[in-house]
Amino acid sequence: MDIFLIVISAIFVNNIVLAKFLGVCPFMGVSTKLETSFGMTGAVTFVMVIATTVTFLIQNYILVPFGIEFMQTIIFILVIASLVQLVEIVLKKVSPALYQALGIFLPLITTNCAVLGVAILAVGPADFSLIEAVVYAAANAVGFGLALATFAGLREHMELANIPKGMAGIPIAFVTAGLLALAFMGFAGIA
Amino acid sequence: MSKIKIFSKGILKENAVFVMLLGLCPVLGTTTSAINGLGMGVATLFVLLLSNITISLIKNIVPDMVRIPVFIVVIASLVTVLQLLMQAYTPGLYATLGLFIPLIVVNCMILGRAEAFASKNSLVDSILDALGMGLGFTLALTILGAVREVLGSGSVFDFKFMDGDGMLVFVLAPGGFLGLGFIIAILNWIKRNKEAKAKLQAVEINTKKK
Repeated sequence: MDIFLIVISAIFVNNIVLAKFLGVCPFMGVSTKLETSFGMTGAVTFVMVIATTVTFLIQNYILVPFGIEFMQTIIFILVIASLVQLVEIVLKKVSPALYQALGIFLPLITTNCAVLGVAILAVGPADFSLIEAVVYAAANAVGFGLALATFAGLREHMELANIPKGMAGIPIAFVTAGLLALAFMGFAGIA
Repeated sequence: MSKIKIFSKGILKENAVFVMLLGLCPVLGTTTSAINGLGMGVATLFVLLLSNITISLIKNIVPDMVRIPVFIVVIASLVTVLQLLMQAYTPGLYATLGLFIPLIVVNCMILGRAEAFASKNSLVDSILDALGMGLGFTLALTILGAVREVLGSGSVFDFKFMDGDGMLVFVLAPGGFLGLGFIIAILNWIKRNKEAKAKLQAVEINTKKK
């Protein structure tokens, strides 16, 4: 498959949050400020790319040759959970500045379904090569970041708006996300 | 806490979806129709019930340091069991729900109940808690699925009561966000009315006393 097509499709057309509904929890949780949304995106990108690379290799060189594909769910979640721990330890040692920025988001990522979802999709029916899988993971992370940053920007503006009492807080956030998803549907014709 | 309260709190007062906002990905991703919502809800209930039972039974053996990884492995194994069962007996539903079945592993509600309830309480209480929480989750998914199906395709549980297509946007991705947003707004409104009424009654009783 064309690399360019994978990137455009993952970022805009099939946006991971707004079209596939993966990673909605952090999307709602950390999107109240633009700054925290950047931190979360950084941590997700980091883990998503590494996790997809590792799980892709495990799937194709261990699970498939031995015919134990049914173990996929258990193996993948274990790989992701240990990777998150590993990334945390390495970052603490190698780059304390980066750890300061991403640290608090890392433990949250284990239960971020976007990471497991992309890892499963990358070995799915699309039949990617290793390079394509890595690009796919990176593009999905960018798509996650784009949706999160846009939404955080909207929510920052919304704090100043006069919202009806019953809609304030969570309900208006969902409606805004719905309108954002509607806007992203405009990209559907591209691919 | 009484047994009934442990069971009933998950259905309304601490509803995982409408109140706690847990496990939102499957809530939005699978509720294109009432029957899909119900199927996903029951699948989650199955895993939640068995994981609460298992974790409540092993809670004294598992060292505190490694409890989270142990819980995740337990949940992942149960999800694998569910995957194999669904492939065998309900292949149609398995195909529609697709990616969201393996993603039950990362449903924060299940790990949340394991950590917050089953690892601290007795077997019977954990079963009741899982049933209550699971039913609340199923109820929420079925309601959202029914609302989206009625508005989006003019039918409910595949029973068509309207000609034509309805508002297609509610079956597509944006409809999930919009539907859930408005349902939560309505629930908030009911809750506020109830609180206002209770306040009014309290004031009335006070004035009568004087």
